[in-house]
Amino acid sequence: MDTNKLIGVGAFLIAVFVIVPVLIAASGRWDFYYTLTSVALLAIASAGVWLTFYIGRINIGQGAYALAGGYVSAILMTKAGFSFWITLPLAGLFCAGLSVLIGLPILRLRGVYFAMVTLVLTEVARLSALALPVTNGAKGITSIPLPGELSVFGLTLIPDFATLQNPKLAFYFAAVILMVVCYAALYRIVNSRLGHLCRSLQQNEELSASIGVNTAYLRVLAYSISSFFGGIAGAMFVAISQSIYPSSFQVADSVNFMLNCFLGGLGYVFGPMLGTLMLYFGWDLLFTTGRFQLLIYSSLLILLMLVLPNGVLSLFERKGGRK
Amino acid sequence: MTPILQVKGVTKRFGGLTANNDITFDVAEREILSVIGPNGAGKSTLFKLIASFLKTTSGEVLFKGQRISNLAPHKVARMGVVRTFQETTIFRSMTVRENIIVAHHLRSRASLLGFFIGTKQARYDEAEFGSSADEIIEFLGMGAIRSELASNLPQGHLRALGMAIGLATNPTVLLLDEPFAGMNHDETMRMVSLVRRLRDERGVTVLLVEHDMPAVMKISDRIVVINFGEKIAEGTPAEIQANEKVIEAYLGSEDAAIGM
Repeated sequence: MDTNKLIGVGAFLIAVFVIVPVLIAASGRWDFYYTLTSVALLAIASAGVWLTFYIGRINIGQGAYALAGGYVSAILMTKAGFSFWITLPLAGLFCAGLSVLIGLPILRLRGVYFAMVTLVLTEVARLSALALPVTNGAKGITSIPLPGELSVFGLTLIPDFATLQNPKLAFYFAAVILMVVCYAALYRIVNSRLGHLCRSLQQNEELSASIGVNTAYLRVLAYSISSFFGGIAGAMFVAISQSIYPSSFQVADSVNFMLNCFLGGLGYVFGPMLGTLMLYFGWDLLFTTGRFQLLIYSSLLILLMLVLPNGVLSLFERKGGRK
Repeated sequence: MTPILQVKGVTKRFGGLTANNDITFDVAEREILSVIGPNGAGKSTLFKLIASFLKTTSGEVLFKGQRISNLAPHKVARMGVVRTFQETTIFRSMTVRENIIVAHHLRSRASLLGFFIGTKQARYDEAEFGSSADEIIEFLGMGAIRSELASNLPQGHLRALGMAIGLATNPTVLLLDEPFAGMNHDETMRMVSLVRRLRDERGVTVLLVEHDMPAVMKISDRIVVINFGEKIAEGTPAEIQANEKVIEAYLGSEDAAIGM
């Protein structure tokens, strides 16, 4: 069992760090790097949403934190001259802090009520970005410099992206490494006591409280970790596109983050990663169907949820899961 | 002997409805005390007030002399007053053993971050929870179903699991909400001896709400009777059985008047 897992993780790492670059170099489809980088970053944001699912809350507001994280990074880089690599964790921390303030009142809500409020959050974030002077309104923030050098004691850990021949490849590696780290952390959370308590919360909050779990604290903690993921994903996105607008992350993105989790499987840590990959490519592949794209896409999603309510990964469930 | 739990003039109103009115009684250490009363008498409300799942309108509940009413429920549990639930409330998609392990939360000394990193203390705690869970499983005779998913369990086992979850928190006072409901005679008798052993072997003070009169009479050291939200009697099972007011409450005075 454990060796199987190790082999799986090893195979995954070789695939993303060796096979994908080799294939892309061979085929010359350099644009694929951008696509895969996006998938990696969206998967990070989806991982956050998945964690809120894990405490029994439907989160359709991750776009708000991605947007906030993006703006924090952009503003710190352009106005305060911070290095991108410092703004990345700061964006995450800002979002985590923000989500504590927002989460304290709204996490008392359950079910569809929480979902509705989070849905509104993305729109609130967009309107705030339009209205606030520091975000430069609808014109957004543009010509953000590429990530600079990161060195510790004179040792260069990450070279200046602007000097690289192929920044696309560098972004790909940065995004995938970030994704791997985030999922490793998520996996550890889920399999440590924190995860067990989150599950207890998901299944019965009253009983959780009666065994001495501080449910309010735990909910906010899980939500802030979730928002941290959203924030760093947003910040990284901004670094790649070198610009951010109030419309960079919209309600549709928030909904997609949630769908990624549903599609991949709410019971599996790596569900949101697979879900993101499938949804992103699924949408692109249907491009050839022209005006029927959305119709076919939505029908397929509905069908998938009907046939596989526990997500695509439930196909690989060993026990068969028969009731 | 000072009482371990004191209920002092507890009143709870929901709008115009008074669910509990000025209820006062004490629970001694290592006592099994039952709260009985007809349907809708306010027993469950009283339980929720003691475990602080509801806020009192007036009055207070003291545990070892400290006020526990109107605190957050998890704080009351942390102090040692733990409630089980009337409905078969369990963590449905966990196995029996997982349910019990999770319920050990109060005993963990490592922080959540410690568990995340896997510090020495955290690993020690994990091992401790595991062996303690196994011990509880043994105690309740649930060995055969330890790896069964809780949602697949029949009623009787669910009730036992609910009690196991309560036990895992290492309570000083355990509040059992209708532990015998929906059980047949044999199951009830098994549960009665289990509750006794809880007190005798583990020193737990037990407060229970129950409908099953024969079981209550058998198990209780003392009984508190409430009707229409008010305490109408308190005493040993024999005293309660002979109490006029209690008989009236259960049979109804009108019925008694026409000779039933």
